[in-house]
Amino acid sequence: MSEMAGKLFSWLNNRLPIVNTFERHLSKHPVPSKVNFWYLFGALAAVTLIIQIVTGIWLIMPYSNTEEQAFSSIEYIMRDVDYGWVIRYMHTTGASLFFAVVYLHMFRGLLYGSYQKPKELVWIFGCTIYLAMMAEGFLGYVLPYGQMSYWGAQVIISLFGAIPYVGESLELWVRGDYYISGITVSRFFALHVVALPLILIALVFLHLVALHEVGAGNPEGVDIEEHLDEDGVPLDSVPFYPYKVLNGLVAIGVFMTVFAIIMFFFPEGGGYFIEMANFQEANPLVTPDHIAPVWYYAPFYTMLRAIPDPLGGLIVMAAAVAIFFIVPWLDRSKVASIRYKGIYSKIAITLFGVSFLTLGYLGTVGVTEIRKIMSIICTIIYFAYFLLMPIYTKYEKTKEVPTRL
Amino acid sequence: MQEKDKTRRKVLIGLTSAIGLSGVPFAATPFIAAWNPSAKAKAAGAPVKLDVSKMQFGQQIQVSWRKQPVFIVRHTKESIASLDLALPKLADPNSDDIVEPYKGMNPSRSKSPEYSVFSGVCTHLGCAPKYFPEVEPKPWDASWSGGFFCPCHGSMFDIVGRVFKGVPAPTNLVVPPHMFEGSILTIGEDKEL
Repeated sequence: MSEMAGKLFSWLNNRLPIVNTFERHLSKHPVPSKVNFWYLFGALAAVTLIIQIVTGIWLIMPYSNTEEQAFSSIEYIMRDVDYGWVIRYMHTTGASLFFAVVYLHMFRGLLYGSYQKPKELVWIFGCTIYLAMMAEGFLGYVLPYGQMSYWGAQVIISLFGAIPYVGESLELWVRGDYYISGITVSRFFALHVVALPLILIALVFLHLVALHEVGAGNPEGVDIEEHLDEDGVPLDSVPFYPYKVLNGLVAIGVFMTVFAIIMFFFPEGGGYFIEMANFQEANPLVTPDHIAPVWYYAPFYTMLRAIPDPLGGLIVMAAAVAIFFIVPWLDRSKVASIRYKGIYSKIAITLFGVSFLTLGYLGTVGVTEIRKIMSIICTIIYFAYFLLMPIYTKYEKTKEVPTRL
Repeated sequence: MQEKDKTRRKVLIGLTSAIGLSGVPFAATPFIAAWNPSAKAKAAGAPVKLDVSKMQFGQQIQVSWRKQPVFIVRHTKESIASLDLALPKLADPNSDDIVEPYKGMNPSRSKSPEYSVFSGVCTHLGCAPKYFPEVEPKPWDASWSGGFFCPCHGSMFDIVGRVFKGVPAPTNLVVPPHMFEGSILTIGEDKEL
């Protein structure tokens, strides 16, 4: 029997690079021997992506993408489909947690300089993934055709209208109708379930291929390639499998526990994960009293609101995301990790973190005079962190980086 | 390969690519055009007619044209005369800075002196402003003299849809194409345009 299995395996392996790939990317792929918890979120993001794809496929089956039935088909999933509520809440919880782990993953990148040479492309693919996720999340939020789906989409599509000359016809073209109708919903559905997932998967593949080409980083910012053993393997490395895979499983276990607690006990996340207004069907004639985006778009929404002119707001909001792409060229520091960077970098990243969280909070609450001033200040800090980076990283005093991990 | 052949090859590659690329816009046309409003969507967006003679003075009604709210307000002579009260607060009292067929329309902002007809879509980001006709202090304006307030981002308009200064909305509420035939108001069509 085992001889048969062995024969079958070698038949397969002669036709498909199974052993080669396993060794190259897992059992012989060297990764830094010492990293910390910040390095787990990439794997958690991959796990969440898989959850989103599987639950998404199951949600497509009972969902109806028409104006008349979109909203009621969600209620049908919640009430009449066996375990439909679990699958839907898994998808909504997954969406929020996907953004949560990706934000932490990105912050890790800023903390430890994960974008520095030669990892610029890994970073750029990552930023593109984030951009695709924002589009994916927005499109998905429109599908239940609740009040927040409708008015959220109304605000976002109106942003196209702020573009000079072509804006209005562009808006009409995106909607395919004079309002956000079933036509808009069904086209968003096609993009949400086919086009963007394909793009996301392709980007994740490129992100990982590029990462495996240049090697993973570590919180010390030490280049482990500098000290190799006689076989050319970095001395401060361990094989990805089993060392990282197995302890990654523990992290996944903890993450799944948090996931399950949210999914079963707080699926609406206090109105932050699923907004209350979205339990009402879309009404094109009545705007809800309080329009707020889901939490993961809130920081950018605050920037949009802080600028009185719609086109200016659109530009600032787009720039806030676009600026991530050029971070590899903004950081002029000799060292990668925040541990060895100087005091200016430490102050800058703290202020950046605080302003990002404040912007996020402000995006979920109504506007008052004081909050408006706060959002302008936080927007300025947000951009200052990036735009002043070439100066403060170049002229600050850095610490000596050790040669070994 | 000779220099001459290399040049010929470059020219041929260039020409073949150019001809191939010229097909791209043709191939892209159906994919782009399929996103335009379909014949069905256009038919559903046809003009709407209604009789406005039964409206009360001071009453505001909301009509759905292309599923977007259109506000109609019937004014008394006094309320038209009192429009000047809000004048210092307005950003564009004569409706000059707005792209619409009825630039600089008479104070009622419609083709009738008695009614106002304007789109209920905030010119900021498309929310529907709410009607607050009372002349009384409001949380958003202590000297409120009646008008429309957008709950989304706090834009304010007077009772004929003219935008206030210092609010997110850049222009006055847009007047859609419309015409009066007696007391029958048609929204979405104007034979004089």
